[in-house]
Amino acid sequence: MKNIWAIFKKEIKTYFTSPIAYVVITVFLVLIGFFFYSLIWWFNSQSLQMAQNPYSYQQLNINQMVYSPLFQNMSIILLLMIPLLTMRLFSEEKKSNTDELLYTCPISINQIILGKYFASLFVLLAMLFLTGILSIFTFAYGNPELVPILNGYLGLFLQGAAFIAVGIFFSSLTENQIVAAVLTFGTLLLFWILSWASYSAGGIWKGVLNYLSFIQHFDDMTRGILDTTDLVYYLSFIFLGLFLTHSVIQSRRWR
Amino acid sequence: MIEVENLTKKYGDLVAVKNLNFKVEKGKIWGLLGPNAAGKTTTMRILTGYLPATDGKAFVANYDVFEKPNDVKKIIGYLPENVPLYPEMTVHSYLSFVSEIKQIPASQRKEHIEKAVEMSGLEPVRKRLIKNISRGFKQRVGIAQALIHDPQVLVLDEPTAGLDPAQIIEIRKLIKSLKGEQTILLSTHILAEVTQTCDGVVIINEGNLMASGSLEELTASFKEKEGVVIKLKKGGKDVLSLLQKIHGVDEVSHADDEFKIEWTKGKDMRDEITKLIVDKELGLIEMRPLAMNIEDLYLKVISGGVAQ
Ligand SMILES: Nc1ncnc2c1ncn2[C@@H]1O[C@H](COP(=O)(O)OP(=O)(O)OP(=O)(O)O)[C@@H](O)[C@H]1O
Ligand SMILES: [Mg+2]
Repeated sequence: MKNIWAIFKKEIKTYFTSPIAYVVITVFLVLIGFFFYSLIWWFNSQSLQMAQNPYSYQQLNINQMVYSPLFQNMSIILLLMIPLLTMRLFSEEKKSNTDELLYTCPISINQIILGKYFASLFVLLAMLFLTGILSIFTFAYGNPELVPILNGYLGLFLQGAAFIAVGIFFSSLTENQIVAAVLTFGTLLLFWILSWASYSAGGIWKGVLNYLSFIQHFDDMTRGILDTTDLVYYLSFIFLGLFLTHSVIQSRRWR
Repeated sequence: MIEVENLTKKYGDLVAVKNLNFKVEKGKIWGLLGPNAAGKTTTMRILTGYLPATDGKAFVANYDVFEKPNDVKKIIGYLPENVPLYPEMTVHSYLSFVSEIKQIPASQRKEHIEKAVEMSGLEPVRKRLIKNISRGFKQRVGIAQALIHDPQVLVLDEPTAGLDPAQIIEIRKLIKSLKGEQTILLSTHILAEVTQTCDGVVIINEGNLMASGSLEELTASFKEKEGVVIKLKKGGKDVLSLLQKIHGVDEVSHADDEFKIEWTKGKDMRDEITKLIVDKELGLIEMRPLAMNIEDLYLKVISGGVAQ
C-alpha cells in the first residue's frame, strides 16, 4: 500500500510539473464549456417557443435536452484526451531507463501499475469534478433532477477508468509515446463503433458486438439508468487492461 | 557475499554471458573488467534482479537471486549504466522518492537522505532540477540513490564513466571509504581503476571468463611463470612432444595451431625453442610472449589476441 502511494505521488507530481495535465484539463474544460453553452442556449430558445403551448412546455426536460447530449460529448472528448494522459506512463520509464530503478527496488510490478493507474484516475476525477461547476448554473436557474446527473457522471468515470486501463496497456508495449497514444485511440474508437457492425451481423453476433461496444453501456447511464451488467462490463475492461499490462511487463523482462 | 555459478545469458542467438563463475567475499571491492560488449552490464542486471538468467545460479548474501528476488533487492544498491533519473524532479525530491520505494521507514528517511547527499557531495545542487545539473553531478545522484538505504551489497556499473579526472579521483575515494561495511562489485573498462580501488578482479571478454581472483593471487600466479606462444606451419602430436622434450620447459599445451610454452621465471628458453624450430624446419610464423601480469593479460583481451 505504501509503495502504491509512493508511485502515485510521483506520478501526480510528474503530471502537474509538466504541462500535460494542465493542457489536457484546460482543453477539456474549454470544449465542455462550449458544448454546455450551446446546449443551454438551444434549450432556452426551445423553452421560449414552447412557452405558448402549455402541454409541450410540460415535456421540456433539462436532463434529457442538456445533460444527455452533454455527457455524450464529454465521453467522446475523453476518448480523445485519455490516450494523451496515459501514453507516457510506462513508455517514458523505459525510454529514460528509470524502469531499471523501479524493477530493481523491492516493490512489485502490481504496485507500480496500480500507483500509475490511480494517478491517472485522479486526473480524470479532477477533469470531471471541474465540469461539475457548470451545473451550478443549471441548478440556480432551473430544476434538473440530481440522480440521473450523478449516474451520468458515474458512467463517465467508469468509462474513463476503462479508457485509462487500455492506455496503460499500450504504454507498456512501446517506449514511443506517440505510438502508445495512437494505438490507444484506435482501439478505443474501434470499441466505440463496434455496435455499428451489429446492424449487419446476425444471430448471436449481434448481441456480442452490442455488448462489447462502449456506446451501448454508456447510453444507459446518460439516461440515468444504472445496470449491473454495465458495471460488470466496465470493471472487466479495467481488470483485463491492467492484467495484460502486468503480463507484458513480466514477459518483456523474461525474454 | 556475491556468488555466481555457471551463469549464462542468451539474447536470442547471441550469448552475452557464458558459464560465468566468480565469488566476491564480504567487505571486499571487486572489479568486473572487460572491453565493450564483454557482458558486464548483463551480469550486473542479472545480479540485481532486472534480468533473468538463461542458465546457472546467482546468490547475493546467500539469497538465491531468482528464487528470493525481493530479499536480494532489499539489500542491494545498484547504479545502472544509464543513470535512472527523472529530469523534472529536484535532486532532493528524487532521493526522497527513491527512499520511499526502497522501503526506508518514514521516520528515518530524512536522516538517510542527508547522509547520501553528504557522502556523494550533492549539497550544492540539492534543490536544482536534475535536468539542469552537469553530467558529473548526475552520476553522483546515481551513486547517492544506490547507497541511500545502506545496502550490504553495492553493484556499480561504470561508476566513473563520463567524469573529469578530479571527479574520478573523488568517486574512487568515496568507493574506497565504503569498503569494509559494504561489499562492492564495480564494472569498468579501465585496468587502473581495478588496481587502484579493488581487492580482486573478474576479467571477462565476449561473455567468457578470462581470469579471476584477488589482485595478490593473480600477481603471484603470474610471477612464477614465463612463456611464449608460437604459431608454426607444422603442427600435431610430434611437434608437441618435441617441444616438451626441450630441457627446462615445464609445460606445453596447444590450442588450434598455437603452442603455449611455459617455464619457470628467469630461465628464458626462447633461444632453445628457436633453435629447435630451425633445426627441425617447423616453419615459425609467429612468436609472442605470454601474458606475464594483469596488464599484459588485459591488453591481450582488448586487442583481441586471447591466448590464455
Ligand atoms: N537487451 C539486449 N538485447 C539483445 N542483445 C543485448 C541486449 N543487451 C545487451 N546485449 C548484447 O549483449 C552483449 C553484452 O552486452 P553488455 O551490455 O552486457 O556489455 P558490457 O560489458 O556492459 O559493455 P559496455 O562496456 O559497452 O557497457 C553485447 O553484445 C550486447 O549487444
Ligand atoms: Mg555495460
